[in-house]
Amino acid sequence: MTTPFLIGLRSSTFLRQRILLSLVGSLICAAATWAGPATAPGVAAASRVVKLYGAGGVRGLEAYQTGVLVSPTGHIVTALSTVLDSEAIDCVLDDGRRYAARLLGADLRRELAVLAIDGENLPSFPLSPTAPRAAPGTRILALSNLFGVAVGDERVSLQHGVIAACVPLRARRGPHEAAYRGDAYILDCTTNNPGSPGGCLIDWQGNFLGMLGKELRAEPSGIWLSYALPADEIAKGYAAVLSGEPPAVADEAEEDRGYNLRLLGLALVPDLLDQTPPFVEAVQAGTPAATAGLQPDDLVVALGERTVTSQRALRRELARLIPGDHVRLSLIRRGEIVACDLGPLPQAPLPTATREEAP
Amino acid sequence: MRPIPHVLPPVRHRLRAVSLLQASLLMLGSLSPVLADSGLEAVLAAEQARVDTIATASKTAVAIFAGAAGGGSGVLISPTGYALTNFHVVQPAGVAMQCGLNDGRLYDAVLVGLDPTGDLALIKLLGRDDFPAARLADSDAVLVGDPCFVIGNPFLLATNLQPSVSSGIVSGVHRYQFPAGTILEYADCLQVDAAINPGNSGGGLFDAAGELIGINGRASFEKRGRINVGVGYAISANQVRNFLGVLKGGRLADHATLGATVATSADGRVMVADILESSDAWRRGLRIDDEVVALAGRPVRSVNAFKNMLGTLPAGWRVPLTFRRGGRPTEIIVELAGVHTTAMLNDLVAGGRGAQPELPDGKPAPPPNPLAPDPADLPEAIRPLYEPRVGYTNFHFNRIELERVLARLADRTADVSREPWRYRGSLTGGGRFEIELTDNSAQISLPTGVSRWEPAVAVAGLAAEAGFDASPPGSGGMLAALTIWRQLLLNGALETGRTSYWGQQPQAPGSAAAGQLADVLNWTTAGSQARFLIDDTGAVVEISFTLSPTADPCQVRFSLPSETHPCWRPDCIVVDSGGRRFATLAVEDPAE
Repeated sequence: MTTPFLIGLRSSTFLRQRILLSLVGSLICAAATWAGPATAPGVAAASRVVKLYGAGGVRGLEAYQTGVLVSPTGHIVTALSTVLDSEAIDCVLDDGRRYAARLLGADLRRELAVLAIDGENLPSFPLSPTAPRAAPGTRILALSNLFGVAVGDERVSLQHGVIAACVPLRARRGPHEAAYRGDAYILDCTTNNPGSPGGCLIDWQGNFLGMLGKELRAEPSGIWLSYALPADEIAKGYAAVLSGEPPAVADEAEEDRGYNLRLLGLALVPDLLDQTPPFVEAVQAGTPAATAGLQPDDLVVALGERTVTSQRALRRELARLIPGDHVRLSLIRRGEIVACDLGPLPQAPLPTATREEAP
Repeated sequence: MRPIPHVLPPVRHRLRAVSLLQASLLMLGSLSPVLADSGLEAVLAAEQARVDTIATASKTAVAIFAGAAGGGSGVLISPTGYALTNFHVVQPAGVAMQCGLNDGRLYDAVLVGLDPTGDLALIKLLGRDDFPAARLADSDAVLVGDPCFVIGNPFLLATNLQPSVSSGIVSGVHRYQFPAGTILEYADCLQVDAAINPGNSGGGLFDAAGELIGINGRASFEKRGRINVGVGYAISANQVRNFLGVLKGGRLADHATLGATVATSADGRVMVADILESSDAWRRGLRIDDEVVALAGRPVRSVNAFKNMLGTLPAGWRVPLTFRRGGRPTEIIVELAGVHTTAMLNDLVAGGRGAQPELPDGKPAPPPNPLAPDPADLPEAIRPLYEPRVGYTNFHFNRIELERVLARLADRTADVSREPWRYRGSLTGGGRFEIELTDNSAQISLPTGVSRWEPAVAVAGLAAEAGFDASPPGSGGMLAALTIWRQLLLNGALETGRTSYWGQQPQAPGSAAAGQLADVLNWTTAGSQARFLIDDTGAVVEISFTLSPTADPCQVRFSLPSETHPCWRPDCIVVDSGGRRFATLAVEDPAE
């Protein structure tokens, strides 16, 4: 039953569509909630989630958080926080086994830390830098030691919800802006509580989707966020820490550079908002876009199978393509869905193609 | 994630947004044939089942309004109107309250029983004997990830008496929540991500089948203020069941303590850190540095697990405890003491019963405690249903429960013989016995000798009023126990002393119905005390007789060959005292 719904969701991509999206998401979620299949994936994942205890304990700063085992030999990813600012970090597994954890390193940009415990054959989530992103509307389970309610062999808490969006994080805590400004899953449930940072996000099939972030407020609105870093970002951060590479800082620029829209002959309306919808402003004659029949006022809603929620998302998705990849756009034109085949992506004429307007 | 006005695109785009919305709706519509193929009917059937379940459960939801004092939620658990709620809901509301159901009607309700430590209260709605009622489920069968829903009166929104429903999953089971600046302790509770907000307190937590798995009462709140953050807690239905008898008896419930504290050792074992020499556990042999392995039938692997188990038990219960010393496990049965004294509990809920002391600085005395009203101030409908008494929430309901149990006892003892009762047979371990019970004497012959009790031979040092003694030696008072047992069965009551309804307690390990709850009558006279466990059939299955507060009780257990067998002709009598088996008596020809 989920597949047809997801197709519907993929066409609904921006701004007010979010309302519809979250409505449909809730419906799916509600139906699924009563089917009750959360126990098996939740319990299986809990064995790979650890409770961490370190520095803190003063008002507003908890001395505990959560981590996710990512290797059978005891590597743990967690959120980089003051909890880790301690000589001794205690790590307690799902079965009550207690380990001393040591800090291997941190990815400052992703605010992600890698810890190690001396373990063998531990249950873990293998990480992959090419892990696919989960679409908005995906039902999720979140596991974390929120409020420190679980101790010893007690299982961390399980919560359920829906991915509302996957958008660049713009968040802060008080005067401090969050360092991470890449994509984050925004969740429709309150997952980010004291003790939750470093928690585990899975889908209802038990696949690792991401790691719960800190307690942060959205920059524009001040609303407390429930968010998670996607699995591919976790994998990249983990790899960067292990390789000892200096943290990458130019990811975002790279996403916006590369094979841009002009290569296809498309100009979009001015990108004035965080989430400006990808409406076509003009089509350049003699380009793949013109050949495929794109028109001004068309709204791009998907590239291939991937939903795009904004101009930025469209640019990012285009950046994933290499010359020769087939470009298929789904558009909405006068209330109807139109599929457009632009053929293979042409080779860039120059290595430094004109950049899109930065927001 | 942010307010809509901030994110609306320019006008031109907004028009497009509308058309896009329509387009999406069209698309969803066009999907319906696909859905039909992939189980639309199953989805609709599940939807309908859920709607029906919620509709049924919503009828049991009680909206409690206490005027300026606030209010909360409750849930009906019997057709006669008994409803559960939180102590912290009725504390400001008081003895008399008005409750709304989703039939749109308001009902008078009266406070029945309180468990301040467990944050539980029992009230009774008046005026019907066919209230819709929720069934208490086995909350130990609840799994993490199970669907659940919450029905109640969040933010006191149910001004039209229609409750609010929120759904979620079970986030955690067997949670322990420390008393947070109060004596309210949430032990072995359920944690859910269904929204629980202020006002949901006291309402029901239901499973997908609509059965009651808990009473919502607490949530983790933090920097966002007192609103749901997906972390709510409910008192488990199994804890409720343990206390229900005590609450129905109008008592002021107390929670159990072992008289010992435990701590985790370096290698993760739960060890006795300290123990009171006055505790029953000490008398049964528990000592510092013993490892606690199991309590009341549940393994103890952490301090929380120990506190969880203990926190769900009423004071006075007798439960098995397994400890290990030098690698050797030992099981003992311990009687659990109360966490509070009666005076402490009474002060807690009814401090200020009677005259208010005037404060030295001339400030007005605090307002009267709503839990200890002057009966004359109560509404007319409530007045005959409220009787204050020290140590009780509402003694009126103790009388009702006592009458109920005595009536059941009378059904089973209608044909009891008024002739002397004689028993003979063999003892486990060898030898024969004979017992004779008459209206004014009791005698037992054992291989070790003959013991006889009759009121006339009461001598100095024996319990004064009834003149009981602890004979035969080593039994703790078996003849006394059998004597008052015969008196209860013959007369349907005990003339001397004071008889009250105590609550319910599990039947002893080793009995045919071990662990099943039975009603308990409590009888006290000067110094001595006896508790009678009376099962569903009206048979007395156990007696616990305590000659004096410092003496080990005599535990007598009767087994009956069938549910219709005369309950005064047991086929086996087992007597324990001081943690040891005194005798197992196999009665010959119980049918005679």
